[in-house]
Amino acid sequence: MLTFVVSRLFQAAVVMLTVAFICFLLFNFVGDPVSNMVGQEATPQERAELRAELGLDDPVPVQFAHFVGNALQGNFGKSYRMARPVRDLIIERMPATLELVFCAALLALALGVPLGVLTALARESLFSRAVLTFSLAGVAMPTFVIGILLIYVFSVELHFLPSFGRGDTVKLGWWSSGLLTASGLQAIILPAVTLSLFQMTLVLRLVRSEMLEVLRTDYIKFARARGLTDRAVHFRHALKNTLLPVITVIGLQIGGLIAFSIITETVFQWPGMGALFISAVGFADIPIMSAYLVMVSFFFVAINLLVDMLYAVIDPRLRVERGGLSGNAA
Amino acid sequence: MSTLPIPPSRLAARWRDSDLWWSFTRSPITVAAGLITVTFVLGALLAPLIAPQNPFDPRSLRLIDALTPPIWKSEGRMPFLLGSDNQGRDVLSGILYGCRISLLVGLAAVLFSMTLGVLAGLLAGFRGGWIDSLVMRMADIQLTVPAILIALTLDGIARAALPRGLHDQLAMWVLILAIGFANWPQFARVTRATTLAEKNKDYVAAARIIGIPAIGIALRHILPNAIGPVLVIATIGLALAVIAEASLSYLGVGMPPTQPSLGTLIRIGNSFLFSGEWWIVLFPSLALVALSLAVNLLGDWLRDALNPKLR
Repeated sequence: MLTFVVSRLFQAAVVMLTVAFICFLLFNFVGDPVSNMVGQEATPQERAELRAELGLDDPVPVQFAHFVGNALQGNFGKSYRMARPVRDLIIERMPATLELVFCAALLALALGVPLGVLTALARESLFSRAVLTFSLAGVAMPTFVIGILLIYVFSVELHFLPSFGRGDTVKLGWWSSGLLTASGLQAIILPAVTLSLFQMTLVLRLVRSEMLEVLRTDYIKFARARGLTDRAVHFRHALKNTLLPVITVIGLQIGGLIAFSIITETVFQWPGMGALFISAVGFADIPIMSAYLVMVSFFFVAINLLVDMLYAVIDPRLRVERGGLSGNAA
Repeated sequence: MSTLPIPPSRLAARWRDSDLWWSFTRSPITVAAGLITVTFVLGALLAPLIAPQNPFDPRSLRLIDALTPPIWKSEGRMPFLLGSDNQGRDVLSGILYGCRISLLVGLAAVLFSMTLGVLAGLLAGFRGGWIDSLVMRMADIQLTVPAILIALTLDGIARAALPRGLHDQLAMWVLILAIGFANWPQFARVTRATTLAEKNKDYVAAARIIGIPAIGIALRHILPNAIGPVLVIATIGLALAVIAEASLSYLGVGMPPTQPSLGTLIRIGNSFLFSGEWWIVLFPSLALVALSLAVNLLGDWLRDALNPKLR
């Protein structure tokens, strides 16, 4: 167990360092950071001073160590375009994205798991077939098309829900929440549905196929033979055993949600980190890009790590068997 | 092993007798998906011949035709079957030309990631040792981050590195490389798994004994065994690449409006949603969904048909 934890932590550190190195290369070698920061009219002397101040004359390993040190303190420099510290920009935008991702994940689970169970239990029913056909569309439809269609139906035609923005927000310390006001809650419905649809179909299909597999096993037959009620068999014995792969996939999908929120935020003009990132890509604003990448990778790695640990806690077999470096088995 | 040319008639007969064709004709949904895909490919190829208008030729545009609704509406009129946009561009022609670019970028991106991934997988599986660990760890790391984010980042780097005017000209190549590079790990994994399973078999040992160099064994003897799974990933990868391209273009960092793909058309049309001109955004969206759904279904069919466990 301990070796497992250590090897996972090591892997996570390697991933983070790789991402940091890529961002470092971006920052230092794509374009000239100095001419990106000073104006056209800066004198050569001012440029040289800024170079020295940024440490651009140091050897590359020293520069990298410096970069990592700064990144650990959340210091990613100033945005080229907005001339404000990147940290402030990201912190300002983070609550919007995290609230959106949280609501989408909740929706995906709350709808995906029950629908998956239902379609597995009543395989041939009309309802199951309808749900599965619909889920196929969820896989093939690009996120932004779903968003556009929802806006067209619910905002343009029916005038039910707002099509852009976050509504009113409440300040809770530095966190601005849209989940506590009526207009905020209304505003989050369409983006959250858009973002969750793909993940929901994924959860649904996974739960369904796992359920079908588990329902065929001997211990389920035995449980039935013991005369347990359907409910006990389905939920206490079958569903519990499908949850392992579901947890992994959901963990990985939360990372996916953060990445796909870039698209959803653009469709709904949601003022989150994704919208910030996409405008940074458009203007080649490297400090924002690298800060976002480091942040998001950190979320991914942390979630992956958490899922792996959770796995070990839930599945007792893992605690004994997987001692060595995992994933190395040929 | 030299391949003799097979006469086309024999080839056709072999195809008709194959399991693949049999399972294809048995599923009506797959046949429909195949027909839709063929329609899109033909429409894209023949766009200059069949499109009512060349939407990129400014001489063919007249502002008086702007914002014509589709033909079945009372103000609709020929030749604007699906209506026109604010510059008098025919929506149907735009879709046909847009499909050209979407499919071109998608196919080229898949080819690029396939070449990269298959070579990396062969190398990793055949050589083993530290090369294997290095390649597969790189794949693992890349798989931690969603492909769309990698493609976006590469696109951003290209934007920062290339001068502004040049970037628009090269937009298509940047997209192909960015989307292609984002998807190599899946190909590498599958090829490596097959290579590991095959490389200890007798025919490989025999090939080694008669003195065929390692690269020849890898490419001519092991690679053909990996074609099935690689083809499945490539088909589903095509749908993913088309969607990725559309997403980037929708976000405004893909194809420029001067060379619109389906995604760019949707981006342009999006602003007309609120003023009631729904056809400018709806029809390109539907085309994109139909294309991606059809290719996805073909991929599902191919996966099931090539999986011996399901026969």
